[in-house]
Amino acid sequence: MTETVDRELGKARTRKEDARLISGRTRWTDNITLPGMLHMAILRSPVARAGIGKIDTDQARASSGVVAVFTGADLAAEQGSLPCAWPITEDQKSPNAPSIADTTVNFAGEAVAVVVARSAAEARDAVDLIDVDYEDLPVVLDLETAAGDEEVIYPELGTNCSANWVFDSAQAGSGGDVEDAIRDADVVVRRKFRQQRLIPAFMEPRSVLVDPTGPQTTMYSATQVPHILRLMLAMSLGVPEHKIRVIAPDVGGGFGGKLQVTPEEFLTFLIGRRLGKPVKYTETRTESLLAAHHGRDQIQRLTLAARGDGTITGLKVELLADMGACLRLVTPGVPILGAFMFNAIYKIPAYHFSCTNVFTNKVPTDAYRGAGRPEATFGIERMMDELAVEIGVDPLEIREKNWIKHEEFPYTTVSTLTYDSGNYEAATARATELFGYPELRAEQARRRENGDPVQLGIGVSTFTEMCGLAPSRVLGSLNYSAGGWEHAEVRMLPTGKVEVVTGSSPHGQGHDTAWSQIVADRLGVPFEDVEVLHGDTQISQRGMDTYGSRSLVVGGIALVKALDKVIEKARPIAAHLLEAAEDDLEFTAGSFGVRGTGAAGVTIADIALAVFAAHDLPDGAEPNLDSEASYDPENFSFPHGTHLCATEVDTETGAVRIRSYVCVDDIGKVVNPLIAEGQVHGGLAQGIAQALYEEAVHDEFGTLTTASLADYLVPSAMDLPRFTTDMTETPATSNPLGVKGVGEAGTIASTPAVVNAVLDAVRQFGVRDIEMPCTPQRVWQAIQGGSK
Amino acid sequence: MRITMTVDGTSYTDDVEPRTLLVQHLRENLGKVGTVIGCDTSNCGACTVHLNGRSVKSCSVLAVQADGAEITTIEGLERDGQPHPVQQAFHENHALQCGFCTPGMIMQSIDLLGDTPDPSEEQVREGLEGNLCRCTGYQNIVKAVRAAAGELGAKR
Repeated sequence: MTETVDRELGKARTRKEDARLISGRTRWTDNITLPGMLHMAILRSPVARAGIGKIDTDQARASSGVVAVFTGADLAAEQGSLPCAWPITEDQKSPNAPSIADTTVNFAGEAVAVVVARSAAEARDAVDLIDVDYEDLPVVLDLETAAGDEEVIYPELGTNCSANWVFDSAQAGSGGDVEDAIRDADVVVRRKFRQQRLIPAFMEPRSVLVDPTGPQTTMYSATQVPHILRLMLAMSLGVPEHKIRVIAPDVGGGFGGKLQVTPEEFLTFLIGRRLGKPVKYTETRTESLLAAHHGRDQIQRLTLAARGDGTITGLKVELLADMGACLRLVTPGVPILGAFMFNAIYKIPAYHFSCTNVFTNKVPTDAYRGAGRPEATFGIERMMDELAVEIGVDPLEIREKNWIKHEEFPYTTVSTLTYDSGNYEAATARATELFGYPELRAEQARRRENGDPVQLGIGVSTFTEMCGLAPSRVLGSLNYSAGGWEHAEVRMLPTGKVEVVTGSSPHGQGHDTAWSQIVADRLGVPFEDVEVLHGDTQISQRGMDTYGSRSLVVGGIALVKALDKVIEKARPIAAHLLEAAEDDLEFTAGSFGVRGTGAAGVTIADIALAVFAAHDLPDGAEPNLDSEASYDPENFSFPHGTHLCATEVDTETGAVRIRSYVCVDDIGKVVNPLIAEGQVHGGLAQGIAQALYEEAVHDEFGTLTTASLADYLVPSAMDLPRFTTDMTETPATSNPLGVKGVGEAGTIASTPAVVNAVLDAVRQFGVRDIEMPCTPQRVWQAIQGGSK
Repeated sequence: MRITMTVDGTSYTDDVEPRTLLVQHLRENLGKVGTVIGCDTSNCGACTVHLNGRSVKSCSVLAVQADGAEITTIEGLERDGQPHPVQQAFHENHALQCGFCTPGMIMQSIDLLGDTPDPSEEQVREGLEGNLCRCTGYQNIVKAVRAAAGELGAKR
């Protein structure tokens, strides 16, 4: 490593992306207008389950500016079924997943008819003129009732249960039998937790524009996954892949919510091609909350077995997971990701996990920031606090007794993952110091003693996660249909500037900046001389896109490999130009020079120009420094951290205020601390929102009653505290940068920290649990109920 | 209805439907797509612009109500090619990630600093309560606004 290298990696660079974004020079999909472009609007079902009778579209067709109206019947022959890429079991049951309902609707918000018109306003006006006869059917909404099959949504499937997935450590040979552990335990803690339904609620509503006028049909979409989208359009609709181009322009947030292949994308594609005109669809916020996939929604039954001293002897996890009305791209796999994370950072000798995936008449669930891992982390971290209470020790002490010690890495867990590195002691020591743990405990005791109406609670969450999704072999063993590699390409321009193409597809993560730092680090070129290209299948032909905290850990490493190839291609040319032997050359700070001479060498920019002219290259040398690399990780990465939350709970009103929040995350080596810290902040906000504010609520008819931002409580600046964040650095040993990923850490860790803190404040009143979100009403009722 | 307004220094006269929202007029008729739409209930604030010098959510104003008005959008803040101090502070403090809420957030922050030139953290949070951000957790936005306050104060 050179000095340049050391300075660039780890530098808090401000972002290249910002200049456009702060001045409104943006390219959101909805900003794009093409000649002759038509606008699409969708009529959505107001009911959750019904047979579709007559649809009267006459008035709509006659309305001003309306070019075409389509119903499910019009598109039945070509719409196929939306793809699910993750059949978790051989016998998984999966109903047809139409983009537009044909004979029945199965969730409120499902598309029933589509209008295409000259303007968006005319299209929406005409939608209001369509009359649909709905023949109501019984709705299935409650997850446990649905699992009981009293009313079966899809008679042809014979059940509402899609699949049952089991991991057992005795069967896997990775641990003992959990029933033995429970039987022999001194202490058994049993709890049932609910993971409420959440909505990703990215700020940019989804938008898609299809242009069928070129040699390829081009789709612009506000998506996290342009490459997957292209492949799925081809495979599901039977359109040759090479006739499709997908572009993700500026994309305004995703959080998993745009990790999807959507009905709206399919409809716009089919209709644009049928009409031969560019067609754009942009959803309203209400449509977004209604019809874009939701997240979480699980019922967890947990049994934790331990010895009298708090040593854990077994963990049993039984989940019900709400799929919603059908399976979207990775719906069934989300809870399965959690299977590997319930054991978290702890040494658990026996483990059993089972999950039943269940259909209900609600919009499908799918990935939402953390996807499976927040659910698991919540479950285990709540249980650790419950065990501490049961045994009568401090929640930090019970964790320390059971966690993997730093000298025990690499450590293979009971769920068979091998954690490469970690230092839970160091992160916890730093967090407790920043938090002032003993002082807050003392204040808590004082307030309890004084009967203060505002009680203090302290919540702990010592989390880990698996990210960098993912080793392709592991994905294959879990029946996922694709791999988890990533691709990068480096183009050395004659002037010494560098274009980098990444298969990762950012939507706020700051790839342009971080990737430029990696290039500057490796090639010794100025940070400013690097341009990062992404999100267009014509430019970035190969890629697996952005989700699962994978961009840096997989895509960043692909870039490193491609950069190393550039250097190796340049080496013989440098030797030729310097009239030296290749073995005598060293590459430092962007220059090849003869080792030990200190003489001026040739820079990579010099070589790029020499290669372009190609007048004086060694015999047989390719006149081209460009390189590409695909990288498939051998293992996941395992960021971890210690999060501590202090809440003040007003026992008279139930109001919860976060008094302080401290987190110390260990994400390995940090490329850009400014960006990494920002990711932690945003993650915390979403995790705290699950604990305190957000819930997708349906009424008894299956209507989403939180279908606006007035009702679905995305927190404002007033609802969140100032966070204290810090990092410890235990490099990953599984990749050359030592990086682990940071996108989901805050979300995964914070929810249990906050809920543990709320409970810690009110457990003295006999409260054992409060369902999320811990609203003032729920907290107040729990206090009243508990003290009776 | 025929209306005339000045947007970012340019005068525009157009015939609009009475129901047209100001934000629709800006985006669809005037090409001012730097201002964005994030919701349909005036909760998110992404569409915030200045109308005669005060911030408004342009989804909650009819275009006809802005007849004769002077509008400033995110696209009209630069002076002599230099970003406004609040824009610069957002950049320097990493107060944006995806950037979708940013135009509204910046326009509201400028308005806030007009009323409260040296706001406390609490005052910034209160002043931005009507603008939602899903990426940043607001911490760096608050930091940026207070940094910009210092910058603007130093200039006065």
